[in-house]
Amino acid sequence: MAIPISYNIRNMILRKRLTLMTALGIALTVTTTVFLMMLLAGMRKAFVSSGDPLNVLVLRKGSTSELAGGFTKDKLPILKELPGIAPDSHGQPMVSGEWVVVVALPRAGSEVNVTLRGMEQDGLELRSKKVKLVEGSWFRPGQREVVVSRSIHGRYGNTNVGDMIDFGKGPWKVTGIFDGGGSAYDSEIWTDVNQVASQFNRQNALGNAYLRAPDKPAADALKHRVADDQQLQLDGMLETEYYDKQTASGGGIRLMGYIVAFTMAIGSIFAAANTMYAAVAYRSREIATLRVIGFRRVSIVTSFLFESVLLALVGAAIGILLMLPFNGMSTSTSNQVTFSEVVFTMQITLSVVVTAVVFAIFMGFVGGVAPAWGAARREILAALRD
Amino acid sequence: MTLARFVRKNAFRNKRRTFLTILSIAFPLLLLSFLMSIWRAFFGDDLRSAQSNQRLITRHKVSLANLVPGYYRDKIRHIPGVTHVVNMNWFGGIYKDTTQKNFFARFGTDPEEFFDVYPELTIPPDQLEAWKKDRAGCVADAELAKKYGWKVGDRIVLQGDIYPIRLDLTLRGIFTAQLPNNSLYFNQKYVEEGVAFAKGQAGFFGIMVDSPQNVDRVSHAVDATFANAPEPTRTETEKAFGLSFVAMLGNVKAFILVISSAAVFTILLVSGNTIAMSIRERTREVAVLKTLGFTQRTILGLFIGEALAIAFIGGVLGTLIALVFLAGGTHAPQGAQMFLIALREWKFTAPTSWAVALLAGLLSSAIPAYGASRTGIVDGLRHIG
Repeated sequence: MAIPISYNIRNMILRKRLTLMTALGIALTVTTTVFLMMLLAGMRKAFVSSGDPLNVLVLRKGSTSELAGGFTKDKLPILKELPGIAPDSHGQPMVSGEWVVVVALPRAGSEVNVTLRGMEQDGLELRSKKVKLVEGSWFRPGQREVVVSRSIHGRYGNTNVGDMIDFGKGPWKVTGIFDGGGSAYDSEIWTDVNQVASQFNRQNALGNAYLRAPDKPAADALKHRVADDQQLQLDGMLETEYYDKQTASGGGIRLMGYIVAFTMAIGSIFAAANTMYAAVAYRSREIATLRVIGFRRVSIVTSFLFESVLLALVGAAIGILLMLPFNGMSTSTSNQVTFSEVVFTMQITLSVVVTAVVFAIFMGFVGGVAPAWGAARREILAALRD
Repeated sequence: MTLARFVRKNAFRNKRRTFLTILSIAFPLLLLSFLMSIWRAFFGDDLRSAQSNQRLITRHKVSLANLVPGYYRDKIRHIPGVTHVVNMNWFGGIYKDTTQKNFFARFGTDPEEFFDVYPELTIPPDQLEAWKKDRAGCVADAELAKKYGWKVGDRIVLQGDIYPIRLDLTLRGIFTAQLPNNSLYFNQKYVEEGVAFAKGQAGFFGIMVDSPQNVDRVSHAVDATFANAPEPTRTETEKAFGLSFVAMLGNVKAFILVISSAAVFTILLVSGNTIAMSIRERTREVAVLKTLGFTQRTILGLFIGEALAIAFIGGVLGTLIALVFLAGGTHAPQGAQMFLIALREWKFTAPTSWAVALLAGLLSSAIPAYGASRTGIVDGLRHIG
């Protein structure tokens, strides 16, 4: 027969200071882990959710990033002739020749690199599912006009609609603000591709191109068609594949996160074990009595293990509560391929919560095993005499 | 029995508990000492070469990804205070495959002046001469050469990614440095000959200034020279340049601070918890000690001494494991140099960690110990554990 759960709960309440302090120790471990996981979850979202599987990114062969692109402009008409491209609203193939460059914007006394993307009008159309204009209007072709993402708008000065913002060879007019929905576009400024080309003396070339496929199989076919064309010397990949690769730049933080979580967890497991040994020691007569009444050793082990896990769960709950204020806070890292800033939002997702809880249960379980086993193993007579 | 012996006996009375407490203090402290060492490696005062303070890096004002014209080099050379200047080009590229294991820094540069700007890298003169003579030659860091088993005369092939070219290099020399930089350098002219758009372009310039006093003046003079040029520059000390890479990782300072403070609080909680437990158990003993004539102060001292001893052992253990971790980090495929500096910083951060441990022991024991020392004899004797 199992020992009632209320026995454990009442015991924990009886020794509330001990319970609370151990739980707080576990809570701090959970807090640091949750903090790191929130960072990673936000980062992953910024990279992974950016791609659209129907967009095919075309780069110069051998190039691994939009920034290290560069092919002559005469290849764009050949790309447009490729079969299997979805039509745009004018009935033309939906293709956007683009330039991605990095510009420095002032913030807090220093300069931060921000991605500037020049695109053709079709570029707006093939991203229309991900990106919405929230204020003002899009840039017009041939004008020194830019639209900025909502997070750029929040982080840098002179980014209201109608403001003039200074970078490159002079001021640009901000005509609108867009929302990239947590994707990497949220860290970008957009303008007309020809403006970027003339600004950076690259009129005869393009950095990369985007082709829109009507459906998934067509996108795969298109990607291979670009890559296999010997004459073009270009490489095609799905936009989603491209961003998947960039997520790797979070690797350093992830490794650091594992080391921190692991180290703190070991400390917490020892602390939990300590508390449970004390709990067992205090109750050694009680345990013996339970045995006399007829509870079996298995029930005793289960009961103490349960108590330890419960302790850890209280810790997990406190830890998650402590991290709630950080939810939605935006911070940034740098894309190590493009040297530019990637803004992302720390997020408590369901998977963060689940992992934190599982992590806490693990700590409680490992810390509780030896004390619970010790409790069950004691000779009844010796324990009663204590 | 002396008081010290009494403290020791008491501290190890419940061996299992003491052992667990020491370990649960040691692990957060391990983290603290590890992170502090890394912090100092990033932001601390230079343990890098003395030359590093005399070296400036000039890059495109916008970002490292933008190239600057190669002719800037001669203009920089004529600025008073500049003794040497060399062009540096990040090549990227692939050695064998794209795995982390085969990643290391590769730069195109000018063999004629490279070792003048980086005098802390030492190379045998005959090897340097051989490199200067072979346009397809390269030199590599001794640690890097050891890792891949390269010997002078070996062939090293790099497949370009940023630059569409395959470099077929011959290792002409192996240089050594106090802090291995795990880099390979080759003649940039090799790339320029094969790639049209690379011609006359530099990634950044390394500048050697004649004395540390002139560093500020030269750095401003360089940027002023190109302020109105089509490609304006940003010149900073090598250290500031390095920190801009750290800044790219995100808010590293806040990151380390959050984790460190969580670790410190955990230590406080853990040691406070255990000490409160053991003192509560001994309420009756305290009464007995008082009956024997021990003063309140002595009893307070006994308990605090015990807490300090346990915390200190935990601290020492934690810092020792941190040392092992840092030493392990020096074998990492990336950031090995940072770990080497952090390893040297350990001797400064370890005592700080011990101080933190002692402070945590003191803070966490003060209140329960004070409470116990004030318990009346009669109450104490009546206490049921």
